[in-house]
Amino acid sequence: MSTTQASAAAAGPDEPAADNYLTHRRGVRSWLLTLDHKRIAVMYMVAILGAFLLGGIFAVLVRTELLTPKPVFLGNAAREWDLYNHLFTLHGAVMVFMFVIPGIPAIMGNFVLPMMLGAKDVAFPRLNLLSFHLYALGGLFFVYVLLGGVLQAAFGIHLPGGFGLDTGWTFYTPYSTGKSITGVIPATMGAFIMGFSSILTGVNFVASIHMLRPRGMTWFRMPLFLWGLYATSIIQILATPVLGITLLLLLAERALGVGIFDPALGGDPVLFQHFFWFYSHPAVYIMILPAMGVMSELVPTFARKHIFGYRFIAYSSIAIALLSFLVWGHHMFVSGQSPLANAIFSLLTFSVSIPSAIKVFNWLATLYKGDIRLQTPMLYALGFLVLFTVGGLTGLFLGALATNVPLHDTYFIVAHFHYVMMGSVLFAFLGGMYYWWPKFFGKMVDDRWGRIAALVVFVGFNLTFFVQFVAGSQGMPRRYASYPEKYRIYHVISSIGAYLMAVGLVMVALNWWHSLRRGRPAPANPWGSNTLEWRTSSPPPHDNFAKAPEADDPYDVSAWRFDQASGGWVHEPAQRGFDVVVPPTKA
Amino acid sequence: MWRVLANSFWMPERASTHAETVDPLFYFILGLCIFFTALIVTLLVVFVLRYRHRAGHQQQPSPSHSTRLELTWSIIPTILVLIIFYYGFRGYLRMSVVPPNAYRIDVTARMWNWQFTYPNGYSDGTLHIPVDTPILLVMRSEDVIHSLYVPAFRVKRDAVPGRYNRFWFQARQTGTFDVYCAEYCGTNHSQMLTKVVVHDPTDFQKWLVEAAEAENRLDPVAAGRKLFEGRGCTQCHSSGTTKLIGPGLQDVFGSQVRLADGSTVLAEDNYIRDSILHPQKQIVAGYGGEMPSYAGSLTDRQIDAIIWYMKSISKHHQSPLPSPAATAPTTQSVPATVPRP
Repeated sequence: MSTTQASAAAAGPDEPAADNYLTHRRGVRSWLLTLDHKRIAVMYMVAILGAFLLGGIFAVLVRTELLTPKPVFLGNAAREWDLYNHLFTLHGAVMVFMFVIPGIPAIMGNFVLPMMLGAKDVAFPRLNLLSFHLYALGGLFFVYVLLGGVLQAAFGIHLPGGFGLDTGWTFYTPYSTGKSITGVIPATMGAFIMGFSSILTGVNFVASIHMLRPRGMTWFRMPLFLWGLYATSIIQILATPVLGITLLLLLAERALGVGIFDPALGGDPVLFQHFFWFYSHPAVYIMILPAMGVMSELVPTFARKHIFGYRFIAYSSIAIALLSFLVWGHHMFVSGQSPLANAIFSLLTFSVSIPSAIKVFNWLATLYKGDIRLQTPMLYALGFLVLFTVGGLTGLFLGALATNVPLHDTYFIVAHFHYVMMGSVLFAFLGGMYYWWPKFFGKMVDDRWGRIAALVVFVGFNLTFFVQFVAGSQGMPRRYASYPEKYRIYHVISSIGAYLMAVGLVMVALNWWHSLRRGRPAPANPWGSNTLEWRTSSPPPHDNFAKAPEADDPYDVSAWRFDQASGGWVHEPAQRGFDVVVPPTKA
Repeated sequence: MWRVLANSFWMPERASTHAETVDPLFYFILGLCIFFTALIVTLLVVFVLRYRHRAGHQQQPSPSHSTRLELTWSIIPTILVLIIFYYGFRGYLRMSVVPPNAYRIDVTARMWNWQFTYPNGYSDGTLHIPVDTPILLVMRSEDVIHSLYVPAFRVKRDAVPGRYNRFWFQARQTGTFDVYCAEYCGTNHSQMLTKVVVHDPTDFQKWLVEAAEAENRLDPVAAGRKLFEGRGCTQCHSSGTTKLIGPGLQDVFGSQVRLADGSTVLAEDNYIRDSILHPQKQIVAGYGGEMPSYAGSLTDRQIDAIIWYMKSISKHHQSPLPSPAATAPTTQSVPATVPRP
């Protein structure tokens, strides 16, 4: 409403510019064919939030099915179990491939990375647009196939080509190649296409970080979010092709009958698991490393203090990226893998826990003697700290061989990976969204409702998943459409938690919607952070910066003072490469 | 004494010796988890309360790095995880090395049932074992990957097609415990449940002999029903007319069956036999080809018995059924003691 009604004189970054990237050009084509990293980020935001909504709806359906051991939706047991298998597959596959993996890098990485570098765009803007088109194409294809299967299982509606998928997101052979009569081939194609999007984004980010750093920004003066994205990109480039290869082999087996994984054709089903987890375990770090990067921005900004242990956090990101390639075997401790391999993988698995622990302690130390502002992004950051602690520590049960055996493939695993992949990543995602939202849209979000929603999501999340640790250690296997009566209490509590979390997330959505409609115009630097993206107006102009800014220590926030009049932070004294700050006159 | 510790908040009863390996490590890690979570959350809360932004509060100068501190919180966790690794590995070795005198039972997994075959050749859908005796399970799968999981025994092992996976355990108390399939295997994954019954050793021997003999003494119809119920047929077929994953079997024998290719076929003995051994050959209209082949897992006489059972539940079959009294065990019976290849 009021973003565009700015003075033409655009004197400083706190003055809403007359021309920003949102208004720079109009029309659908100007969006779909844009090379502007910011617009691509916004399109990713729409697509990824859409995927999150879809995955979330299916999470609620899954939890509703599990309210009782009996069929809830259709009544007929066999059809119901089939439907459930489609539901949980869609939930898992959409959430993993379309929300958690691309979420932070594609939305916030695309938007922030060039600006943190003081650059006009990523290194290869055209490639960036291709990444988005591949994601959209693969995603639409994927969702169509999976939703088609759900419609068929639930209502008997046949969409052409909508075969559905009931293999779980893991596509384990020989079920996926021999027995499942669903659309493994088209679904695989969808995931394959999205994989390319991920690879190209990785290439782009690595090139950007190497080539575009501004004057004054040495490697160790880079914001830690960029270290996180750099480590993520390395994994995306090295691991995602393996997923592509695996899915192609799967296709070859299913379509051409070439025996690779199916013992009936002379293949080895455990080989598939090696291939699959060689990508999918590093993929867990594709999810968490950007989240850790967001954390490293949020915590020092809202504690008003320099981040503690910069170098250890930066190195630990790289350590996690490298070690993540060496631990995939811990998904196969009970598959018949040799005990020697199990022992080695167990030991290597524990090695990853150390850099993660280091980060947690560093964030905690950053709070010490700070001036902590409990605004919405910070609440999510603190929530992340708690959830990641629980998620990380429960990994110890699963890394240890003896305790892994009974806990493997139970709800204990489900709870563990939701605490890490879903709790931690989602909290960093939401925190990052709230943090960069003013920069994205030039509007502030109502902080009071933001904080209430954060609290509801936090309580809902823990109610949903903590009880699943107990269900799992008591023996409840995962991916069960029905269950023995003794596990019912855990499922009921978990489902109530899921509904509560859904309420919290709807509050978040309304909170954002309200901001778009009626949000107070955002100042250039609403949080007082010293990274470069806050040195341009909100929303930024098409070219990001009038003058290329010069980087200094990204975590030295001492020069920023809160300015009551503008509601934002101003730099004192005004520095080189930084326009004179003129507080806007209030209407 | 074990009853007191049984069914704790976290773990089910400790019904096998492996529980003594797993549980102490579980509780050790749980203790560490509680300690570190409490430590981190307490520090978090204290810092947030003490250093929260408020009138008159200022950020105080403090170092932004400390190598000594960094090393402390790198080295202590490293030592702790190495301890966990060591005990996890040691426990796992104990769970992996099969005692030489273990009693061997063969396990066949298929969508969606378990079959346990004893040294005397008798097969059952429920696992029966003697207490205080090491049991070796040698597992294979006929179709996809399954995983045999007994929470009370703290054991789990995948049944993988194309290879034998083996594991062992020793029950420490008699009773009946749940067995689950833990690896996702399709539609009825959550129904692939059975029980393990732990007997006194003498009772176990008695049970094994009697179960095998009882099966021999059954008339073909009863034997067929037992196979129908015990070998997983009921996962997909009802004995009435209800459609499950496959058609209900009441009144099928002797009827005209419409096939997926549009033709019809009379459901006589050969059709039933083919449907059991080569299920993909003639698929009934309206159904998929999910049924696995039972070739090699049912003997000819067992298939005969199943056909007799299907006759017994069909109105199209008019001629008399063999009765228990009229049947000499040597001619019509189903020998359960035929060893599997």
